[in-house]
Amino acid sequence: MKYIKQLLALCVARNKEYYRDKGSLLWSFILPPMIIAVVALAFSNGGNALFKVGLLGDSHLPVAWQQATYIESVKFEDPKKATERIRHHQLDLLIDNQVSSTEDQPRYLYNPSSSKAEALQALLKSESHWRAEAVTGREIRYIDWVLPGVLAMNLMFSGLYGVGYVIVRYRKNGVLKRLQATPVSPLMFLCAQLLSRLMIMLITSAVVFAGTHYFLDFLMLGRFVDLFAVALLGNVCLLSMGLLIASRLANEEFANGLLNLITFPMLLLSELWFSLDGAPNWMTAVSELLPLTHMVQAARAIMLEGATLGDVSHQLAAMALLSAVFLLVSAKLFKWRTD
Amino acid sequence: MSTILEIRNLVKHYKEVKAVNGVSLQIPSGCCFGLLGPNGAGKTTTIEMIEGITQPTSGEILYKGQRDNPNFKLEAGIQFQSTALMDYLTVDEFLTLFGSFYPNPQPTERLIEQCHLGEFRSQQAAKLSGGQRQRVLLAIALINDPDIIFLDEPTTGLDPQARRNFWALIEEIKNQGKTIVLTTHYMDEAEYLCDQLVIVDRGQVIAEGSPQTLLQQQFDHVLVCLDASAISAAQQQQFSALEHNGKVTIKSRSVEETLQAMIAAGINLNSLQVRNPTLEDLFLQLTGHSLRD
Repeated sequence: MKYIKQLLALCVARNKEYYRDKGSLLWSFILPPMIIAVVALAFSNGGNALFKVGLLGDSHLPVAWQQATYIESVKFEDPKKATERIRHHQLDLLIDNQVSSTEDQPRYLYNPSSSKAEALQALLKSESHWRAEAVTGREIRYIDWVLPGVLAMNLMFSGLYGVGYVIVRYRKNGVLKRLQATPVSPLMFLCAQLLSRLMIMLITSAVVFAGTHYFLDFLMLGRFVDLFAVALLGNVCLLSMGLLIASRLANEEFANGLLNLITFPMLLLSELWFSLDGAPNWMTAVSELLPLTHMVQAARAIMLEGATLGDVSHQLAAMALLSAVFLLVSAKLFKWRTD
Repeated sequence: MSTILEIRNLVKHYKEVKAVNGVSLQIPSGCCFGLLGPNGAGKTTTIEMIEGITQPTSGEILYKGQRDNPNFKLEAGIQFQSTALMDYLTVDEFLTLFGSFYPNPQPTERLIEQCHLGEFRSQQAAKLSGGQRQRVLLAIALINDPDIIFLDEPTTGLDPQARRNFWALIEEIKNQGKTIVLTTHYMDEAEYLCDQLVIVDRGQVIAEGSPQTLLQQQFDHVLVCLDASAISAAQQQQFSALEHNGKVTIKSRSVEETLQAMIAAGINLNSLQVRNPTLEDLFLQLTGHSLRD
């Protein structure tokens, strides 16, 4: 009972600090919708003019297209995954002319509601041996695709800086030293920080999500409760990472540099802004190590493909494992103050 | 009077620096115990080791006769030399927050009244003055109704009026029979508040006792002071005078005889002062340098 009392008191104190700091409060609510609005405006006319064509297995582009610079090709091993991309306009056409194929005639898959697919079909008309298969589905606009990334990015910054940076500041100015002199344990203090930020960020994200959904009517094929579970676990993972960074540092400048060093690779490699389909293997491997990648992939699968928690269990397991490692190591390393 | 805290041969080394070098103390229950010394003498390091904030290199700390006494954190109140408070919390909220850490916290209203916080209880920490902040920190130190209270240079940086007000608060706490451990580099503060004190220099205790006993032990004379310009070097030698900060001090067992000798030597007595030795004089005598160096 006494621990719950301590935990709640620390948590409430941190929440008050957060909402009374008008600067941080404003940025938490204003920045994500601002980025989403800018992206929506920038890509409202259809976005990139390049055609994107999928190649199933060892399929290859038709000879006439092989030198074309306006066509980008992406290999797919999984026919189901590739078909989903066609369904949601993430691919303009999917070519299946594999040597090993049992089909006697090369085929392509397209979405009849895609104007780009229509254009590519027109280019193929001269080659009469192709069999066309229509796949229907609602278009996934870039804004639909990028939205989980923007929300995850907000969680990342808030988690890492909101917890990591704050604890470093507390250590530097002596707040932690004062707490050390009380019966509060480091674990209780860290849990309170984590819980407070978790509550704040989930509420902030829910408000931003609801607001942008109202104005942009973005695609949400999965269940909200599944998306919430992913946000919850992803947030815990990022906050734990923040706690790890803050476990010993007492220098705000150094902490800032370290946080930048960690956030920039995640911004670039966690598929926030662009897909890593077709990227070199090493880049994909590095991406898999980043917690943000798993959160974005899981959220996107739920929102755009209607995936369930079972479908994204790989990402959930990765986030749970990373959270456990970060929390254990940060609890082990944590010091109220540095000598 | 029983001993509430005993320190045996406490040592703290930071690489090459010997911050505390074999300090031993016995602090009786209910007394105001002072650690007096210049900046960098090792006072703060000593009490932070007692408080459990800094790990000693070696030595023993016994609270109520027990090493690592599990009740220490529950029964000790601590005010650090410099503690930042969370900027956006009010005084009331600090008392509620810190009160939640202890099983039987003092009622907020009592602390507000005791430490005179009523006028600014709804003020956020960022807007408090230095004196107000120190009073809030004292209230936080008292929240668990502690048996022993550590005050590390509590009046440093305060104006004279705020210092006097703070002394009055400490007096009230003393009157409740609580043990106070106070570090300071102000001699007047130590003389006014402390029942017992140790003088610390370069990580070691160089004298201990009550302020009166220490002065009586070391001095059987009064001090005759003059501006240095009033007395020549030869005359300084004649009267075994000590020069410090533009003033010359002459020890005298008989003021009358000393003054007659000075008049006979033709010394200008316009700047003459006669006073009893203070703790600063004691420190100068023991170490050869001033407390404020």
